[in-house]
Parts: sequence; C-alpha cells; structure tokens
Amino acid sequence: MSASPIDRVAKATPPKLARKIRGLSDRTIAWIFVAPSIFLLLAVNIFPLIWTINLSFTNFKANRPGREIKYIGLRNYERILGDSDIWLTMQATAHFLFWTIALQVLIGFTLAWLINRKFKGNDLWTTIIVLPMMLSPAVVGNFWTFLYQPQIGLFNYVVSFFSGVDPSSFSMLGEVSLAPWAIVIVDTWMWTPFVMLICLAGLRSIPDYIYEAAAIDRASKWRQFWTITLPMVLPFLMLAVLFRGIENFKMFDLVVQLTGGGPGSTTELTSINLKREAFEKWRTGYASAYAIILFVTVFGLASIYVKALNKVKER
Amino acid sequence: MKTTRLLAATALTVATGFSATAVSAEELTLCWAAWDPANALVELSKDFEAKTGNTMKFEFVPWPNFADRMLNELNSGGKLCDLLIGDSQWIGGGAENGHYVKLNDFFEKEGISMDDFLPATVYAYSTWPKGTPNYYALPAMGDANGWFYRKDWFEKPEIQAAYKEATGQDLREPQTQEELLQIAQFFQGREIDGKKRYGAAIFTERGSEGITMGALGSLFTFGFKFENTPGKYDMEGAVNGPDSVKGLEFYKTLYKTATPPGYTDAYMEQSLDAFKSGQVALGMNWFAFFPGLYSDPDIGGDKIGFFPNPPQKVAGSMLGGQGISVVSYSDKKDAALEYIKWFAQPEIQAQWWKLGGYSCRKSVLLDPSFKDSQPFAADFLVAMGDVKDFWQEPAYAELLLAMQKRLHDYVVADKGTAQEALDKLVEDWTETFQDEGKL
Repeated sequence: MSASPIDRVAKATPPKLARKIRGLSDRTIAWIFVAPSIFLLLAVNIFPLIWTINLSFTNFKANRPGREIKYIGLRNYERILGDSDIWLTMQATAHFLFWTIALQVLIGFTLAWLINRKFKGNDLWTTIIVLPMMLSPAVVGNFWTFLYQPQIGLFNYVVSFFSGVDPSSFSMLGEVSLAPWAIVIVDTWMWTPFVMLICLAGLRSIPDYIYEAAAIDRASKWRQFWTITLPMVLPFLMLAVLFRGIENFKMFDLVVQLTGGGPGSTTELTSINLKREAFEKWRTGYASAYAIILFVTVFGLASIYVKALNKVKER
Repeated sequence: MKTTRLLAATALTVATGFSATAVSAEELTLCWAAWDPANALVELSKDFEAKTGNTMKFEFVPWPNFADRMLNELNSGGKLCDLLIGDSQWIGGGAENGHYVKLNDFFEKEGISMDDFLPATVYAYSTWPKGTPNYYALPAMGDANGWFYRKDWFEKPEIQAAYKEATGQDLREPQTQEELLQIAQFFQGREIDGKKRYGAAIFTERGSEGITMGALGSLFTFGFKFENTPGKYDMEGAVNGPDSVKGLEFYKTLYKTATPPGYTDAYMEQSLDAFKSGQVALGMNWFAFFPGLYSDPDIGGDKIGFFPNPPQKVAGSMLGGQGISVVSYSDKKDAALEYIKWFAQPEIQAQWWKLGGYSCRKSVLLDPSFKDSQPFAADFLVAMGDVKDFWQEPAYAELLLAMQKRLHDYVVADKGTAQEALDKLVEDWTETFQDEGKL
C-alpha cells in the first residue's frame, strides 16, 4: 500500500526540523501561517494610515525635503473645516453622488426587470447594454468631450433637433449650470449596466414558485412587484448602492477627463481637490488631514449603511 | 617576433581601453515638453552626437502633464533626466531643493559668460535668488506670449469696409488691448467665405497654467504687479488694485464676447486648432509655435500675420521659455555639462534659431539680419523687451494653482467680481507666503 501525502511530507521533513515543529503548539503554528498576511496588512494598510494621521498634524511638504517639519496641532483640520471652498467641493460631490446613484438605481433596475423577461435576442441586448462598463474611463471621458462639443457634438445636435435651440448656444461642459449634469449623465451612461447586472442577479434569485403561489392567491402584477420582487431584490439593490457610492465618492479620472473640475470649481469633486492639494501644491500635511476627514466620513457612512443592509437581509 | 607582436597588441588593447574610458560615450537623456521646438532640438543635437560620440535620448511630455510629470521626477530624486529644460518658474524650487546643479564654476571654467545672453532671459531662466549671479540653468529657449491673425481676412476690401463702418477706424494690427478687443468682437459670429467665424482663441485652461498665462498678458498691460516693492511680498493694492481689476475685467470681456462657443478649457493646442481650422481671426500663443504656423500650408505664409501683446497703460508680455539645467541626481553630470558647453556656442545657437528654436544669445538676437530672418523675429524682440514672469518661488505650484482657481471661477464660471477674485487671490498667496516663512 502506498504512503499517503501526509506520510510522505512527514518522511521528507528533516528529523531536526520535525522535532522542532512537533514541539510547537497549534496556536503557534496558526500564527506562523497568519503572520505574513498580518505583516503585509500592517505594512500596506495600517502603517500608511498611522503615518498619514501623524503627518496631518504637521506642516510637511513632500517636495521640500530640507524644510523643518513642525507639529502644528489641529491647524490643518481647522483650516479645512473652515474653508468655504472645501465645503463647495463637498457640495459638488454630494450632488454628483446623489444623482448618479438615484438615476443608476432607477434605470438599472428597470433595465434588469426588462432583460429578465424571456424574449428573443435577450443575450445580445444584455451584452450591448453592458458594453459601456467595459470601456476605460479615460476613453469614455474623451469621446463624451467630443459628443458635448457645442459646434460638432452629437449631443448638442440631438438636443437641438428635438428642442429647436441652436446647438452652439449651450456648452454642456463649459456652463456652470450644465456641467454638473454633464458629468452625471456620463457616469450614469457608463455605470448603469453594473447596477443592472446586480439587480438581474437579484431578480433571477427569486424562485418562480413564489410568483406561482401569489398568482393562485390572485395577487395582481403590481402587488407581486411590491410584495415579492422589490423586497427580495432590495438587499442586492442596497449592495449596488454601496458599491456605486464608494466608487463615486472617490471619482477622479472620468471627471478630470471631462471638465478638469471646471468651469471654475463647479465640478471639482473632493478627490480632485485632494489630489491637487497633495500632488500639485504638495501641501502634504494639509492633504493628509483632508484625507483623514474624508476617510472618517466614508467609513462612518459605510458602517451605518452596512448595518442597515444587514437588517434588510435579516428580514 | 611573436612575443613582440603580442606585447604590442596587449599595449594597444590597454591603451585603447584607457582612452575609451577617458572619453567614454554616454547616453544622455534630455527631458522637455513635447512641442515643435523639441523636434528642432532633436535635429540640432545630432551635431553634438557626431562631435562627442555621446548619444542623446529624449523624454518629451505633453504640456498639460509636463509640470506634474517632471516635478514628481525631481521631487523623488529620479534619474530619468540628465538634462532638463524646465519651466522658468521652477528655478526657485530647482535651486533651493537641490534638484539643479549650480553652474557658476562650470561657466567660469569653460569661459561661458552670461553677458553673452539677453539680460531678461538670464534673469528669468538662470538665476536664483532672482537677479543674483547664481546660475542654475543656461538660457535655452526664449519665449513670450504673442498673437497671430488672419492677414488674408484683414486684407479683404469688404471686411476692411465693414470694419470702418462699424468702428470708424481702419482695420490693422491692434496697437492697444482695447483695439484688440474691438477687432476680435468685430469678427465674432461674422460670416467669411460662407462660414461663421469667431474673434479670438485665447487661453482659458483650468488644469495646469493656461488661464493664468493668458490673463496675465492683459493684466500686465493694465498695470498689474505682483508686489508693490520687489522682494517684499507686499501684494495688497498691487495684485488687487484698480488697474489689476480693470485688466481682469478686460480679459473676461474678451472671453465672453469674442471667443468660439464652448471655449472654456483651452490652452496651446486648442488655440492652434481653432486658428488652423479657420474658426478664429486672432489667436494667442507662445512664439515657439510661430515657425510651425508660418509654414502651415493652409493658414501660413501670406495668410498669417504676427504681433506682440499690445500695450494698454504699459507694455507687457507674459514670459515663456526655459533654461537648460543639469539634474543633480544624474550619474552622467560630466557628459551633461559637455552638452551645455556645446549648446552655448555661438554657431550652435545660430543653428538653433534656424531650425525653429529661439536662441537667447546676443550674437544671434542682436545680429542686424535677425529682424528680417523670420516674419515674427522683430515682434519676438519687442516682446522679449517687455516680458514679465509669474512668481518663481519654490512654492510656485501652490501660487499658480490658487491663481488658476480664482481666475477660472471669475472669468469662466461667472463667480463674483474681479475685485473679489483678486482679493481672494491675495488671501491665498498671503497664506502661502506665511507658510513659507516669508511673511
């Protein structure tokens, strides 16, 4: 009878090492296995976080290596929280977050509901709808810049065709009132398919027999939707909102490509503002404090949201 | 005999080896922005390669990313560039943070005199602290912001008549900022050769330095100053005084009434595109692009004219251009210095101008034939006589981004008044200089 793999490993282990290992407790062996992961976590996540917190109390500038680093207490935090321009970027971010999520959930769920019905060409339509999500944000930003071009852009032409206004009379990316909506439209175009896919997974997870039972009880389609479909898809929908919320809170590439934060600072989201402070102005201490404030905000909001999500799942 | 031959061969090998070490060929990397003069420099550098045996590699970065990319490279102590043609505003940071090699001893040893170069370019591109004889770069590429226009449109009798009727004046190269505005407004929305045309392509870019470079051209001519007393950082009343406010209001009027639709985020490339595609009658851009524009088959030659930034209250042009520096983190500093020595020679500088670069050497610029050597050469000299630069402080990026924000907010996004924009700018700059310990 051939030896088992465990026997073979045991035999292959040098006697000296085997004696040593035999002397170790299960707890120690478990630590040996877990230690590399913990070390990496500490090195890559925890240490930078602690270092960032430390820097946030200083006047450090990464591009000025010779400059004396001074601890300035909470001054960076006071400056950020008292800066009206930063609150404007927060407002721009909130506008972007709210409308992208609202539109993506609404359109994504509708598309998923339509795609979930059995019809000819179902797979082809799913693939077509999902395409924007597969493109690079830089590419999307670039071609939407052309679509929004007042003189040659297709978007302006379509609006002009239906409304009769002169296409060159408005600039989606250049006007303060339109630019925030221009970035919402592009993000919604790009990421609605993602929400649709998650909703589709939720819709397909609902067993048919529940609808059959409801039909036997003579429940209308509308009632079936409100009492079966929506509650059972809700955890999926909430998950999609969480993912999109986190993603859009740190939105950078697409908006930089489209508007660069302009006109003025109208579409300057917090991530763009933070990048400018940290890597263009090189106010490292100030930017660290800014990052910590954003981290605490996102962490706090996400924790509350995850608790709500768990409650919905438990129902 | 055999032994003698063997010895001779060995001696030859050793000698060759030593001599190869003494003049060992290096591969030098020169970093600059990706634009027309960079191509001219590639061509010019072939002479250096032929004469020294060194080979040249070039790292050219598009303008919108140039500062970001290169300043990150310097701040991280990177060895990518042995030579850097860095923007004039970087000189303070380059010197104080130890990114650039100080060239005084080298200049003295090689007999390179800064008196041989135009004083304005030496001051702007080479010295830190400003105006002191501490050199961190050799003036490499003189440049200023200037204007070009559709000469063929200006010469059309029906357009001249329409302009005379509209303004009571003759259509000509603008002599003042006000006249420039008037001409640009005249062309705005006008149909020429069956197509709708617009006034002027100016700088409005938000992300890097565009709107600041464009607006400062107007601001300087209205009397804008950075400080009341040079070197004192006393900005109140200079940056936000009545003249500066007028200058900024003027730039906003130019933007609002005389630029093509959707022209909200435009810099060098967009200005060139708008002009080359026949959208606009006038264009603002750096002199560096003028050779390319003049040789353009569609809009160049007789169809194009050039003029320096017109004065208003005073004369003033926004300085562009760069000096060439040796990066202190380079392992090939000797070869890099050899390049600078070669580049500084009068005949190489003359060739540099011929190929499309803008020499700063007096032997080229003050040569009697210079003014007629290109249709924009005389304008270049006028512009270089009146140039002013942005802050060249080590904290220049912070100062620049603050101005970008305040100007774009006011000019493009219609936020507040010119006075408020400039007041806020003074606040931003005061905070920066306080952080720097200069106030």
